[in-house]
Formats: sequence, C-alpha cells, structure tokens
Amino acid sequence: MEEIIYNSSGFPILTSVIFFPLIGILLILLARSNEMIRSIALGASLVDFVLSLPLLFHFDSSTYRMQLGETHSWIPQFHINYTLGIDGISLWLVILTTFLTPICILCSWHAIEKRVKEFMISLLLMETAMLGVFMALDFVLFYIFWEAMLIPMVLIIGVWGGPNRIYAAVKFFLYTLAGSLLLLIAIIAFYFAGGESFDILALMKGKYSPVFQFWTFWAFFLAFAIKVPMFPFHTWLPDAHVEAPTAGSVILASVLLKMGTYGFLRFCLPLAPSASHAYTGAVLIFSVFAILYGAFMAMAQSDMKKLIAYSSVSHMGFVTLGIFAFNIQGIEGAILQMINHGITTGALFLCVGIVYDRTHSRLISDYGGIAKNMPVYAALLTIFSLSSLGLPGTNSFIGEFLVLVGAFLANKVIAVFATFGIIWAAVYMLWMLQRVIFGKIVKESNAKLPDVSFRELATLVPLLILVFYIGFYPNPFLNRMHASVNHLLEQMNAHSAYALTWKDLFQSLFHFS
Amino acid sequence: MNLYILIPLFPFLAFIIIGLFEKQVEGKSHWIAIPAVMASFVLSVKLFFDVYPDHEIIQTWYQWITSGTFSVMIGMQADALTAVMLILVTTVSSLVHLYTAGYMHGDRGYDRFFAYIALFTFSMIMLVMANNFLQLYVFWEAVGLCSYLLIAHWYERESAYKAATKAFVVNRVGDFGFGLGILLIFSLVGSLDYQTVFAHLNEHAGQTINLLGWIGSEWNVDVITLTAILLFIGAMGKSAQFPLHTWLPDAMEGPTPISALIHAATMVTAGVFMVARMHPIYDLSPFAQHFIMVIGAVTAFMAAYIALTQNDIKRVVAYSTLSQLGYMMLACGAGAYTAGIFHLLTHGAFKALLFLACGSVIHAMAGEQDLRKMGGLKPYMPVTYWTFLMGAIALSGIPPFSGFFSKDEILWQVFNADFGGKIFWAVGTLVAFMTAFYTFRLIFTIFHGEYKGDPEVKRHLHESPWTITVPLVVLALLSVSAGWIGLPGEGLNLIEPFLGHAVGEHHHEMALEMQPILVAIAVAMGLAGIGMAYFFYLKRTDIPGKLAASMKGPYQVSLNKFYIDEFYDWAFVNASIAFARALWRGFDVLIVDGLVNGVARMIQGWGKQMRYLQTGQLQHYAMVMAVGIFIIVSIYLFF
Repeated sequence: MEEIIYNSSGFPILTSVIFFPLIGILLILLARSNEMIRSIALGASLVDFVLSLPLLFHFDSSTYRMQLGETHSWIPQFHINYTLGIDGISLWLVILTTFLTPICILCSWHAIEKRVKEFMISLLLMETAMLGVFMALDFVLFYIFWEAMLIPMVLIIGVWGGPNRIYAAVKFFLYTLAGSLLLLIAIIAFYFAGGESFDILALMKGKYSPVFQFWTFWAFFLAFAIKVPMFPFHTWLPDAHVEAPTAGSVILASVLLKMGTYGFLRFCLPLAPSASHAYTGAVLIFSVFAILYGAFMAMAQSDMKKLIAYSSVSHMGFVTLGIFAFNIQGIEGAILQMINHGITTGALFLCVGIVYDRTHSRLISDYGGIAKNMPVYAALLTIFSLSSLGLPGTNSFIGEFLVLVGAFLANKVIAVFATFGIIWAAVYMLWMLQRVIFGKIVKESNAKLPDVSFRELATLVPLLILVFYIGFYPNPFLNRMHASVNHLLEQMNAHSAYALTWKDLFQSLFHFS
Repeated sequence: MNLYILIPLFPFLAFIIIGLFEKQVEGKSHWIAIPAVMASFVLSVKLFFDVYPDHEIIQTWYQWITSGTFSVMIGMQADALTAVMLILVTTVSSLVHLYTAGYMHGDRGYDRFFAYIALFTFSMIMLVMANNFLQLYVFWEAVGLCSYLLIAHWYERESAYKAATKAFVVNRVGDFGFGLGILLIFSLVGSLDYQTVFAHLNEHAGQTINLLGWIGSEWNVDVITLTAILLFIGAMGKSAQFPLHTWLPDAMEGPTPISALIHAATMVTAGVFMVARMHPIYDLSPFAQHFIMVIGAVTAFMAAYIALTQNDIKRVVAYSTLSQLGYMMLACGAGAYTAGIFHLLTHGAFKALLFLACGSVIHAMAGEQDLRKMGGLKPYMPVTYWTFLMGAIALSGIPPFSGFFSKDEILWQVFNADFGGKIFWAVGTLVAFMTAFYTFRLIFTIFHGEYKGDPEVKRHLHESPWTITVPLVVLALLSVSAGWIGLPGEGLNLIEPFLGHAVGEHHHEMALEMQPILVAIAVAMGLAGIGMAYFFYLKRTDIPGKLAASMKGPYQVSLNKFYIDEFYDWAFVNASIAFARALWRGFDVLIVDGLVNGVARMIQGWGKQMRYLQTGQLQHYAMVMAVGIFIIVSIYLFF
C-alpha cells in the first residue's frame, strides 16, 4: 500500500505552512518602524497558525499513512526529493509550533528593544525550520531543516541573551552540532544500506543487519539524547535557558526539545527496531535516572529559569520512558506529554519572563509575597506549576499517567522508580511557589509591581485553556494518534531477531558496510 | 435531564462564576455559593431516596481517556455508601458555607475563599460518586489541592503556607502508593472500573509477585495484598494515619471553617470511605486488614496521647480527629465497614460542630487560640458553650448522644474480631477514656474557671452572629440525634442493613452476652475521663502542672508529638535538600558539566600546542614534507 496520501486539492498546504513565515520576513525587511515590524511578525505568525488549522480538521485519524503529502524531485542525481507529509505523531507538534510562535512574538513585544527586526526575522526563520523538521519525509530535506534551526537559535541566545550569552550560545551550538554530525553519518549510512535512497518511508521497509542497527541506533541515540536532553548530555540546557530571552526559552523548551523525542519516534524506532528492542533496558534506566536526577537538580536551584530547565530534564525523562515502553499507552502518553510539556513549561517560562521584565531578576530569593499585589499573576503561576507537577485535571496528568501505565506494563520496577518522580515534582514546584508568591513582601520594590497586563494575559490564557482542555478531554488529541502509533508498534514488532556478537561488532569497525 | 449530574455541577458552577467574575461579585459571593450547595443537598436527598433501600444507580457521563485497551469514563455509581456520604458532605458543606459568611466577613480573600470551598464541595462530591479508580484518584488529588489552597488562605503567614506545602507533599507520598495500586490493578484486570475490578480481582487470588527480583533477591508477596496495601497508603495520607499524619495538625493554620469541613468532616474521611468502597479487595486479603487495624489502633492511641497536652484549642480537636479516624480504620480493618462508616457520619456531625464552636471562640477572642489564655467564657457566649458541650459529650461517647452508638459499635465489632480482638478493644477503650479527658479539659479551661487572657480582649467578648450560631445549633441537634439511626438491636438499627447492601454484611461469632458489659465499661471510661478532667482543671488545678513536672519524659513526648516532625525534618526534608545541593554542585556542575567544558578546553589546548608547528619558517615545512614523502614512498615500496 502506498505510504503517502497525496494532497489532491491542488493547494500545497504543508509547503504553505512551512514557508509562510518567510513571506513575513520579506515584509519585515520593508517595514520602517519597530512597531510595524512587531505587528507584521505577529500577523504573519497568526496567519500561519490559521493556515495550519485545516491540517487538524482535514486530518484523517483512521489511517496511519502520511497525509496531505507533497513530493517533487529535487536533486535526482542523488535521489533527493522534496517530500512532505504528516501523520498522528507529527500533527500535534506542527500545531504546537504554529500555536506557540505568535505567543513568543507577543511576549517579546517590550522585552526586545534592540535589533527588533533581526530578532523577529530569527523567530520566523526558526518557525519555518521547526515546521520543516516535523513534516519532512526525505532525509536530506529533514537534515537541512534540522541544521537550519541551529542558526537562528544561536543568534537569539547570543545576541539578545543575558550576560553570559556567548558562552551559552557556543555551548549550545557545538553540543548539538556534535549530535547532528552523528545523525548525518547515520543518514548517509542508511542511504547506502537502503539502496541509495533518502526516502524515509521507503527506508523503513528495509531490513538491516544487527551490526548496522547497532551503529545507527547509537548514532541516533546520541544525536537525539543531546537534543532531548537526556542525562548526562543535559548541561547545555540550563545555561541556554538562563541566558536566552523569554521567547528563546519558550521555543527551546516547548519545541526544540521535542525534536529529540520526535527523532526517536520517527527514525530510531522504525529504522533500527531490533536494536531499539535490544537496548530498551538501557534507555529506560537512563530515562528514570533523568526523571529523578532532574527533580533533585531542580530542588537545588535558586534561579527560577534554572529550576524550570532542570524540571524539563525530569519531564522529558517521562517522554523517553513512554517511548521506550513500546506499548500504545506509553507512546501515546509520551506524545501527549511532549505537547503538555510544550504548553506547561512554555507557560512557566513566560511567567518567569513577566516578572523578569519588571525586576530584571530571576532569583527566587528576590521575590516572595507577590501574590498580594499580583493576584492574577499568582493564580496563573500556581495553575501552571500545578500542571507541571502533574495534578489531575490538568494536561500533564493525562500524559504522565499514560506513560506510567505503559511503563508499568513494560517493566514494573522502572515504573515504580519513575513514580517517585511525581513526589519530587510536587516538592520542587511547590517550594518555588511558596518562596515566590507566598509570604510577606520582603523587598520594598516588589510591593509596587503591577499585575499582568492585557498583552501578557493574551500570551498565557490560550495556554491556560489548553491545560484544562487536555486535562478534562484529552480524547480529541489521543484519537488522532491511535492509528499512527499502532502502525509504529507493528513496525517495531516485525523486527527480526537481534543476534550480535562481539566479533561482528569488532570486525565492523574495520569493514563498515 | 439527568438530575444527578447537577449534584456536582451546582458547586462547580458556583466556583466558575465566583472565580471568573470575582470583581463583579465582590463581597457577595455567598449569594452564589450557598444556594448552589443547598441545591446539591436537596438533590442528594432525592438521590438518597432513589437508592433506598437497596438500589444502585450507575451512569457514565463521558469518555475521558482512551488509549489502546486503557479506557476510562467519567461517571457515577450511587449506592447506599455514596448516598450517605453525599448527605454528609452536602449537609456539612451547606452549614459551613453559611458559617463562612459570618466568620470570614471582611476578610481580604472572602470571595476567593468561597470559590475554593465551592470547588472543594464539587471535588468531594465527584470523589464519593466515582465509579472507577482513576476518577477517584483525580478527585482525591483535587480535594487535596483545595485543602492546599485553603490552608494557604492567609498566605502571608509563614506557618500557613508551610503547612499547605507540607499537606500537599505528604499527601503526594500517600498518592504515590495509591497511584501504584491503580497501575497494579490495571495490569492485573485490564480495567479500572469498580464493577469489573471487584468481579475479576479474585481470579488473581494466590498469585504472587516477587518484589525483590530486580536486585536478584526474592520476596514473594500476594498481589491482592499488595494492591490492598498500596491503595491503603493513599488512604493513610488522606486520612492522616500514622506515619503520614503529620500534615493534619499543621493544617489547622487554615481558617476554621475549612478545618471543620475539610479537615474533620469530609476530606480526611475519604480514606475510610475508600477502604469501605474497596471492601471486595480488602475482604480478599486478611493481611491487609490486619495491617489496617494496627495502623488504625496506633493512630488512635498516639493522637489521643498527644491531644492530652496540646494548648492550641484547634490542635487538640485536630489530634482528636486523627484519633477518631484511627477508630474508623480500626473498624474497617476488622471488616466492620458499616460501623466505620456509621462513626464517620456521627463524627462528621460532632467534629464539624466542635471545630465551628472553636472558631466561634477564636472569633470572640480576637484570634487567640491558646487555651491557657481563656477561661470563664460561658456567660459571654451561651450558644457556643451549650453547642460545644453537646459536641463534647457526643465525642466522649456518653449515651444517648450520637458518638456513643457509633463508637460502641466499633468497640463491640473489634472485640469480636479474629485478629487481636481483645487487645484492640482494650486500646480502643483506653482511647475512649483519654478522649473524654482531653475533650472536657477543653470545656473546663475555655468556658469555666477564671478568665486568664488579655483584659482588652475581655471587654469585647461577645456571642457570634446568627450565621455562626445557626450552623452550631443545627450541628448540635445532629450530634445528639444522628446516632439514633444505629440503635443496637434487631429492627432498631436502620443504618446497618442499608449500608450493608453497599459494603457487605458483616457476620461472625459474637459473644452477645458480653455486649452489655462492654457498653458499661466504655461508658464508665467516658465518665471517668470527664470526671478526671473536672477534678484536674476545676478542683485541683495544681495537679496537671505537678504531674507534668514529675513525669517529664512522657509529658515531653506528648507535648512534642513524639518528635515525629523533628525526625522527618531531619531525615527527609533537610537531608534531601542537602543531598540535592551536594549532587548539583559536586556532580552536575563539577563532573558532568566539567567533562563537557573539559573536552572543549582540551581541544583548545591541542589547538594551542599545534600552533607551534606553524613556525612560519620555510625550512621546517620543507623538512616535514621530505620526511612525509620518505614514509609514504617506503610504505608503497615495502608493503
């Protein structure tokens, strides 16, 4: 059966969604005032969001096949095509990206005063690259988008970041680049092993030898583990978050981290199924370790952004745990948790940004008692913190619980240790909350902080609605995943026996084929 | 139109309206919340008569989560147990709502408070109406959230917000067990629906699970026992059973209405409710039942012992709540679920009354809670005094007040239990004596004797307004009469056969001839406790001081709550913070990130070294070239 349902409407919707932000950039180049630049950027990102909504409504959740597909020959000499398509795994990540970009632009309205034009261009370029990553079905196309994300992100951190921004930007760049190169090697290896093709869907049908899967699995693993980031490859994350401007942190946490887990789902599992099965144990242990380790790290922080950054390590541990549980609950929980983490952690970074814009401090000890003069802010921060700690009724509960169900069915011991994570999540989030919003106002200047403005409210309320919507009615989200996730599991289960000897492995070092 | 769905929906709408339109309803939110909860009460009464005497109503409202075979609906299951719980929750909630209008009048967070108690009422209703484990779990945590928000109501007070965080975290520890229990049930039965689970769990009887297999050791545990105990850990958190009890006394930092509603009558009894609801599971595991009995007895005794010496009037009542919850657990462990739920109901009435009466006293005393600064308040606040007294008599188990019937039923059932019956009975009876003593210590030191507080406060002593006294009077009437639904004797006991439909009839060999003797002993213990309190605190007021001085050890242990809080702070709180900080500085920054930066520095270093190769002198380059050519040619020629 053909793996792609091509878009027959004549309107290349996916291409439009990916590249519409570039039209925004062209308009920005013509704009004269900063105010105009901001408006154009916001407008362009909003139009792109509206453009992406038909994806949701026209999505056929009864099939696992790639939908709304487009394909054009690009560099025929190397069998490189321009192929796009979405399925139940990428659909929500695409929507998440188009949904969050306007919010990022809105939250930078006053926070970014210098080089507004360049900043907005970077954000829109970022959007195009991220969307491309989620929709590309050709390895070369994918890799181009993958690497293209790096440049605007490095600029966002390095130009508009905090005092230590250069260090953070360079660290982020080199660290993720190192991972990307391994990915590139794996892609080239697949090109030759799969009969000179970069077609991801075609490559998935191939059978690969255990030795080949061993090397490609670990190359994928390292590349994606750095992006997620999994312990012990996580240390770029706190630095990048702390230095990045609010919009940068939001994009980084909400979308960029998902690239890693998306990579696991899209490439690692279907392309190296036997190796994925064989090394599940190791990945599960890494995941649980990340959950607990991230939680402890978060507890030790005195900087709000660092705390949330480390909590991301913990939450993303749940995602990798769910993915490698290899059952429907685990994987669907993981995908939902990717979206939830984007919503909740994004919102928490926005919340930190709101008070940072007022006081220019991210230190927890510089706050305390601000519930008194910022009641709406306190309520919002409380809700997002509760969502972050997985309170039932909020989005994260559904994701985490499904992941735990999946993990429990796969490996009870791992699940028990992961469940410890929910206790610690409550500890570090509530501890932060009580030190920031409760108590008496210690610093005089905090007594005069104005509550959230209309613009700030506009950035948070959409996220707030989603927190409860997913919490109470997650089925519209889950229903669109079922077919694709089931298909992924079928692909996984069709794997061949994985017999790998040390001798094979040793020889392969010299005769890589 | 489905009427039952309105029972939770009314308070929920009240919450939404007050929450979203706080500015518009400012100061008037009681007009929204009180009618909403009253309406729920009326519908709960209707539901009660719909299930009476032996009907069961099961509905599903909507499909909540579906993923593979995992499927959960939101819905309701109403039987006798649900019906009596709903009546309790909506009655106490209505009265507390009314009381709040008077008690919290003029408070800065008046409307916020109403929003939260409406949300709490909604959550509690959903909790008791749940028809599956996950819905129970969700609202289990939701009531915990409301408790958190309400304890932190006066968020500027350090003690308040710390108590709130503590309550949440300790409950999370309990929910950790609860959550694992649910996962285990799903992995065994493949469903979380009550009916399905109760029908199929016994198929796994005798199946064991090796808890230590992962470290290569062996410890085989019966899966049903494990499930039962994991679920019970959740109940221990919510119902504040030892060793997860420490949050409840601290929770008294919240305003008094919520101490009555959440921390006495309803939320903390959720654990008891849960055990009764899950009785088909507990009935399959004698070990779990014995475990519950031990925990219940330990909690009952320990809390009563601590209550003897506390000086904060709300804390005395809080420890009394702990102790009474221990009784209920003891009954459930003995398989006497009807007795446990019966006590839950009567306790709900008289303990809510005692808290609200304490609140009335605190209100009159301008916020003072230390009983050493009270005394002689009776003439100033007669309604509060008489209602407080009714509650105290009911708590002490003196006939014909409600506490007598339910407590006696528990002691009687426990006496006949197969496992340690006589011992548990003896502990229960001793606790009954201590209960009467500390309760009347409150009465005598607050209302009798001489006033010992601030003279300024004395000039303003007054009876509370009607919004406060009306709930007191209603609850006092209930405290007196609620027990009459469970009179001992064939045909007279209405509650037992009714609840029996939901939680199972309880039959075993009973030494019937012993019953009058046991009743006499229990009543005598209660009276003795009251008498001793009278003697100690009105006649010979020097005795308590002397006793405390002569028995320093036992006194300090009681006063300092067995040093459990100190131990937890040392062993868990401070240790984890220290561990986290050490791990961060010593491992994450130093080693993990150190390696990353080290790699960068190493490459930088190599670069620096390599730079010296580029000397810029032509003869060096020429020599290197020559050597290189020599080597390549050699390889080509000789290999």
